[in-house]
Amino acid sequence: MLNIDSLSKEFIMHIRGDAQIDGFQDISFSVEPGTLVAITGPSGSGKSSLLKCVYRTYTPTGGHAWYTREDGSVIDLATAEPWRIIQLREREIGYVSQFFSVIPRVSALDILTHTQTARGVEEPLARKRAAQYLERVGISPQLWDMYPATFSGGEKQRLNIANALITKPRLLLLDEPTASLDANSKSWVMEMILDLKRQGTAMVGVFHDEIAIHTLADWRYEIREKQMVPMDYKMDYAMEELAAFA
Amino acid sequence: MNERTPVMEGRHITVRFGPGCPYCQEHTDLEKGRCPVCHTIWGVRDVSFQLYPGEILGIVGESGSGKSTLLKTLYFDQPATSGEATLTMYQNGKANILEASSQQRRYLRNHLMGMVYQNPMLGLRMNISSGANIAEKLIAAGSRNAGRMIDRSSRLLEHVEIPVERLRDQPRVFSGGMQQRVQISKAIANNPPILLLDEVTTGLDLSVQAKVLDLIRTIQQELGIAMMIVSHDLSVIRMMSDRTMVMLGGRVVEEGLTDQILEDPLHAYTQTLVSSLL
Repeated sequence: MLNIDSLSKEFIMHIRGDAQIDGFQDISFSVEPGTLVAITGPSGSGKSSLLKCVYRTYTPTGGHAWYTREDGSVIDLATAEPWRIIQLREREIGYVSQFFSVIPRVSALDILTHTQTARGVEEPLARKRAAQYLERVGISPQLWDMYPATFSGGEKQRLNIANALITKPRLLLLDEPTASLDANSKSWVMEMILDLKRQGTAMVGVFHDEIAIHTLADWRYEIREKQMVPMDYKMDYAMEELAAFA
Repeated sequence: MNERTPVMEGRHITVRFGPGCPYCQEHTDLEKGRCPVCHTIWGVRDVSFQLYPGEILGIVGESGSGKSTLLKTLYFDQPATSGEATLTMYQNGKANILEASSQQRRYLRNHLMGMVYQNPMLGLRMNISSGANIAEKLIAAGSRNAGRMIDRSSRLLEHVEIPVERLRDQPRVFSGGMQQRVQISKAIANNPPILLLDEVTTGLDLSVQAKVLDLIRTIQQELGIAMMIVSHDLSVIRMMSDRTMVMLGGRVVEEGLTDQILEDPLHAYTQTLVSSLL
């Protein structure tokens, strides 16, 4: 569903004497529906940059990110016009960022409701589901009508995740989705991710948490020296199986 | 979802103050858009854009970058030197509105485009009542029934959260934030598909700014109006717009998704601008 082909990102800081900073180089991998590719690596290795390039918060400097849309057509996310990206973000591609950012002065319930109505869900149903999700991520009903700017870090993160999961995206990019959660909400988030996987969502996730990787990932790569290295994980296991089958 | 028709499109719009000379015709990146030889100011230079249905397009840049001039040109407050602008809903997008006759311009202003100025005095008549200000716009679009006009004005004022009993008050007795809201209700009185907003919150204090911006966002969501928002304030752009154009010296130096402009600015000027964000 997503085919990353020699994707590269390099930053040029004009206000710092045109300094060049490598994000990552020549990364290729693909993600099939219903699978999760985990990306690991030390801080600053370019994991988040990679996700942002696919979501187009960053503009890739080389390569392609071929994505097969719901209607079967293929689009290069690396070069698509901004309005097409906006449409895909509304309808097909979700992103859970490390940091929470939403429009100010909109209540938690309204945020989740609007995310759905933008995709054509009727208002009463959207509101009902918004409440369900808020309950399931463990945000106290007292806070539902409050502005998330006043939430704690963990509450913001949970809202963030609920907001990305509620539309059941076809492609979901996860940047450390379980990082600042307590055990209960972490297990709920992992359950939700597994559930979406079963429904066919393709996912790319950046993780530090080994338990999350073991529970969720089908494939695992590490970014080393700005390049992507497959890890001896389930991938190797699958290769063995393949060999045995042959 | 594969094709999408813009509601408005601009192509190579140029607004020049002065005769131009061989030097500035050739050098496109003049500092501040000003020619050192003939002193011509290139207010807007070769700007092209698309505005898609229901989206908010932000235009950001420093004072004198040409962002307001571009908006004023599209609303006929400022004649263009060259270039064209088309509206899909006007003569099937075949007519260049920058060359429209004054009668056609009036039609475009009253039916297809609304404008909200930084200075409410430009958009409102201060000495006639708020209701009459809105009615003026309704009359211009062909309304003649007084009862229906009062009804519509009341609903519009209600929409922008101004108590209906102030319908007969003149905008000059209102606070800056209220004047801005009356101006917005007047601009959307005839349900235009396009709304142009020029630094509408500049000069208002923060809480009033927030209220006006929230109102604009609500209107956009409820009515699906496509908007062009000009602001020098990146936080306004961040909160409001889906896509953003960055202008400098009359030219568009960068355009893209708003989150990309803010998180991965590519042009040197955009990098400076974003790094000055508090």
